Amino acid sequence: MAEPLFSVRGLKVALPDMTRKPLIGRAPLAEILKGLDFDLPKGSVTGIVGESGSGKSTLGRALVRLIEPSAGSIRVEGRDISHLSEAELRPLRRDLQMIFQDPMSSLNPRHTIFNIIAAPLRQNGFGDRLKERVAEALQRVGLPRNFASRYRHELSGGQRQRVGIARALALSPKFVLADEIVSGLDVSTQAQILTLLEKLAAEMGLTIAFISHDLSVIRRLCRQVIVMREGRIVEASATDALFDNPKEAYTRDLLAAIPLPEIDADWLRLPAKAPA
Amino acid sequence: MSACLEIRSLSALLPNGQRVLRSVSLAVQPGEVRALVGESGAGKTMIGKALLGVLPKSVRIIEGEMLIEGEELSRLDAKARRTLIGARTALIPQDPLTALNRSRRIGPQMTDRLVRILGWSGERADKRIRQLLDEVQFRDPQRVLKCYPHELSGGMRQRVLIAAAFAAEPRLIVADEPTTALDVTVQKQILRLIAELQRDHGTAILFVTHDLGVVAKISQKVSVLYAGKVVEEADTAALFAAPQHPYTRALIAATPRYTDPYASLKPVDETVLAGLTAEIAAADKAWRPAHG
Repeated sequence: MAEPLFSVRGLKVALPDMTRKPLIGRAPLAEILKGLDFDLPKGSVTGIVGESGSGKSTLGRALVRLIEPSAGSIRVEGRDISHLSEAELRPLRRDLQMIFQDPMSSLNPRHTIFNIIAAPLRQNGFGDRLKERVAEALQRVGLPRNFASRYRHELSGGQRQRVGIARALALSPKFVLADEIVSGLDVSTQAQILTLLEKLAAEMGLTIAFISHDLSVIRRLCRQVIVMREGRIVEASATDALFDNPKEAYTRDLLAAIPLPEIDADWLRLPAKAPA
Repeated sequence: MSACLEIRSLSALLPNGQRVLRSVSLAVQPGEVRALVGESGAGKTMIGKALLGVLPKSVRIIEGEMLIEGEELSRLDAKARRTLIGARTALIPQDPLTALNRSRRIGPQMTDRLVRILGWSGERADKRIRQLLDEVQFRDPQRVLKCYPHELSGGMRQRVLIAAAFAAEPRLIVADEPTTALDVTVQKQILRLIAELQRDHGTAILFVTHDLGVVAKISQKVSVLYAGKVVEEADTAALFAAPQHPYTRALIAATPRYTDPYASLKPVDETVLAGLTAEIAAADKAWRPAHG
């Protein structure tokens, strides 16, 4: 197996629990991630799947250090980044990029697509030949050059997500965090975006953490899968092994709950878990 | 027997003259679940809204008829229409939190409709609601009645709304993406509940969704909508066995299936989209509104 880009050991994250915040004073901390160990091999796409509240998005945010872990280590090519300061992180940021679920809220409405893609290039000292670089970034994601002069509201959902990808890849990062990037899209658009990401990951040798609630999408895209529940890893294995031979009951429940687009009269008759 | 719901050649216009519903016809027979499936912008929600009389002001219905159990809605005055819709139909919305009043307890919100619209006594309404909460598998209905919406999980709130929808024994329920916001395991529970209650109460359901997986599991009939036009209409089993329209085939091929990752998630072919555009244009060209 390839050398890991990320090596995560004993990762814990605690965040303020606003539902228990007293009127005056600080909210008590709630442990969201309760000790995770895993590696992300270089050049691989890893699926992180879980239901709401499983901590999958928190894990993603910790990997790119949008939040600081409360315990454990996150090593990137051997270097522990878990407690680096913002200033120390800055040179690493260009290598750790992210694409979000909702490009509508992650693209600035007052900036042209050109400025949105150019911003990270300028900040990282690639201010020369900006026009060419932006055109290349657009071309890479299958958008015409003249989209540079448009604004976000002039684009469809799929086109916006392409811009999000173009921005994340403009700096040729080592790692991309993709958090539910196709869940807001129609199936026809979803298939296009996944095909694009699949192609770019292979071409650029990207390491990707692909967070999703949809196991069908993960099977297509990912080489390994981490199943999460309530801040812990339930099961982690190579994709085919996980789907063909899930070891944990929870993974089997998740798979059984997916409504496949095919007729199956028994599907609704099988006992689901008793609701609370 | 007349259909529970019949929509005949319904067309609606935006102020700019663009048709958003294109001569839509569909029927839901008593006790049957018809799925209305389409991607965003197809007009699925618009049809439900037209039926319940809550279209945005800018959208104008220019032709067509909507009948509930044989009664044509446009022939009734506003009050009679509201009464008919209130008594015979119910809605299960996508987002239970916006459908519920956050500042009132669940109990009075659920009984209100029975008391105020249907004129039931408070006691009868209370009893009925407790029975339905029991049917949607709450272990302690009494406690749920005293809760505020925020004290329940998303799945619990959706169960409350399902109970509320079935409580007045409507003939027709419009379910508008009722499981889209839920986790898959919860979605499965909710679909089972809807299917069970539907069967036990003999209710007809118009089930609006974008998910062909959900269509396959919950419905007996299906209408596929694209750009406000029904492009295919079939028995659900037949639709999946032999989809007729190229768009339906493309949609099925685009829907992810973990059992077959490479045969699924296929991007919709350009020629299919070009064909649809041509089909819509031809339909618009041939179309003459019934009322001038």
